[in-house]
Amino acid sequence: MEQPRRFGFDTRQLHAGQRPDPNTGARAVPIFQTTSYVFEDPEAAAAYFNLQEYGNTYSRIMNPTVAALEERTASLENGCGAVAFASGLAAQAAALFTLLEPGDHVVSSAALYGGTVNQFKHVLRKLSVELTWVDPDDISAWKSAIRGNTKAFFGETIGNPGGNVLDIEAIAGVAHEAGLPLLVDNTFATPYLCRPIDWGADVVLHSVTKFLGGHGTSIGGIVVDSGKFNWSNGRFPVVAAASPAYHGLQFHETFGMYGYLMKLRAETLRDLGACMSPFNAFLLLQGIETLSLRMSRHVDNAGAVARYLESHPLASRVTYPGLGASRYRSIADKYLQRGAGAVFSFDILGGRAAGQEFIRALTLWSHLANVGDAKSLVIHPASTTHRQLSEPELAAAGIGPGTIRLSVGLENVDDLLWDLDQGFSRVRTSLPAERVQ
Amino acid sequence: MTMGAVTTGAVTTGELSRYQDPMTIQRVLLGARTIAVVGLSGNALRASNFVGFYLQRHGYRVIPVNPRESEVLGRRCYGSLLEVPDKVDIVNVFRAPSALPEIATQAVAIGAGSLWTQFGVINEEGARIAHQAGLAVIIDRCIKVEHARYVGRMHWLGFNTDRITSVRGGLQ
Repeated sequence: MEQPRRFGFDTRQLHAGQRPDPNTGARAVPIFQTTSYVFEDPEAAAAYFNLQEYGNTYSRIMNPTVAALEERTASLENGCGAVAFASGLAAQAAALFTLLEPGDHVVSSAALYGGTVNQFKHVLRKLSVELTWVDPDDISAWKSAIRGNTKAFFGETIGNPGGNVLDIEAIAGVAHEAGLPLLVDNTFATPYLCRPIDWGADVVLHSVTKFLGGHGTSIGGIVVDSGKFNWSNGRFPVVAAASPAYHGLQFHETFGMYGYLMKLRAETLRDLGACMSPFNAFLLLQGIETLSLRMSRHVDNAGAVARYLESHPLASRVTYPGLGASRYRSIADKYLQRGAGAVFSFDILGGRAAGQEFIRALTLWSHLANVGDAKSLVIHPASTTHRQLSEPELAAAGIGPGTIRLSVGLENVDDLLWDLDQGFSRVRTSLPAERVQ
Repeated sequence: MTMGAVTTGAVTTGELSRYQDPMTIQRVLLGARTIAVVGLSGNALRASNFVGFYLQRHGYRVIPVNPRESEVLGRRCYGSLLEVPDKVDIVNVFRAPSALPEIATQAVAIGAGSLWTQFGVINEEGARIAHQAGLAVIIDRCIKVEHARYVGRMHWLGFNTDRITSVRGGLQ
């Protein structure tokens, strides 16, 4: 018998989802590098495939190492469970695919990661799903975008890279009034800084690649479900009605609060196949063990870098929501009490050419297309991550030709500022004198 | 069973929590051998059938109670709890909340050890009848999920069991 206890965040980031291995006593999570699992007998095999019993069948659908990551992330997000995927984009596509049918409609924040914009714009169209972009700060725009065929709201806790902070509680209220789920990408905040489910979000997504994993070693994604959304409200026969893809099973009636996740795993992951490898799950779990420690240092360093840039004559439009001057400061104070993340952007004086010169001069910040590494990262979105976007789309995402995106790491902050000084010095000497004054 | 629907009955979340005590749940599950499932459907796609099947697989003696069936999961089905000749440890309920007071009264009459209602089967009067007669009462919890949480393999599918322990367990 176990005494119930609500363990703290730091305890759960170390323990949730993994107990000592009953066979060997191994304390670290074992890497179950196996494709498949021997059945006890034919009845057990049938029960597993019928979903009448919780059992391992094939690692495309479930794996014990991946399951430890899933339960740990669900615990940290205050969700009822999670399903991991090969990447954040795979997780996002699967989360939507599970609840959408051709002819449906999605309302999404326009201030999103460029990869998500591409996925929504092109993949949803190929699936005959309609899409409306809204200014995430305009609550009435969310409401007026709802149609009879709308099935979901989507936004990012902290927009990439514009630093928009999503008013989760207000937008969830609008969604729930219309019987719709709110899906929130919480990659930039991590559950240490914000837990969207606590504010009414129904499904939370992560690129685990970023701060959760935290060390830039592995690609991965995850979908966490609150278990609170009523899929039987008449709007979601795709989740609630008898499923032709699973011999007539009614996922929401049969599995209740776990129904959406069961369908996500037993049908969507099974059929789309973008599973996470056990080795990646192992590495990502090592990262999560120190999430709270890293995130508090990330936000300390990010605040220092943002303040440095705010007062720099060659920098403008510093989008860090934690700054006093940010238009998102009050909303960040509500949703991001422990800090406003560590990814933001600024515009460099001199536009595209100055941006490229600045990056060329840096020797400590790594120029690459990722965020959320322990090491500090820098990129020029207009020529890389957001390259496929049109000018209006770039503007909607808060990106200009001279925008530089930073992911502030865990180095000594003085060293980070020293390197940024090198960049600004190069820009100052390369720009015409009158531009710098 | 309508799991997502708003449930009837006047029990609020606060009052409900005393009927969801984790220690009681573990004690009832570990101590039971015979479980009467009221409302057990013969349709293999219904939630009650999933649960009955699961409980049988895990060694419980499942007694179906459903006036519309004669045999479910290979076991004789009884029209009401009052007809069940065996000693019942758990009365597990898959019925509308309004049916609970009568079921609770019958559970008391046959000397059952506990009353356990599934998700959404919330009825304050029914819970009180069983509680006052000394039965352990668990309300609005799935017996399959709770078994899988404490004994079984719920964590293998990435569900949040809310369990943390560094004690090495037995084979699972």
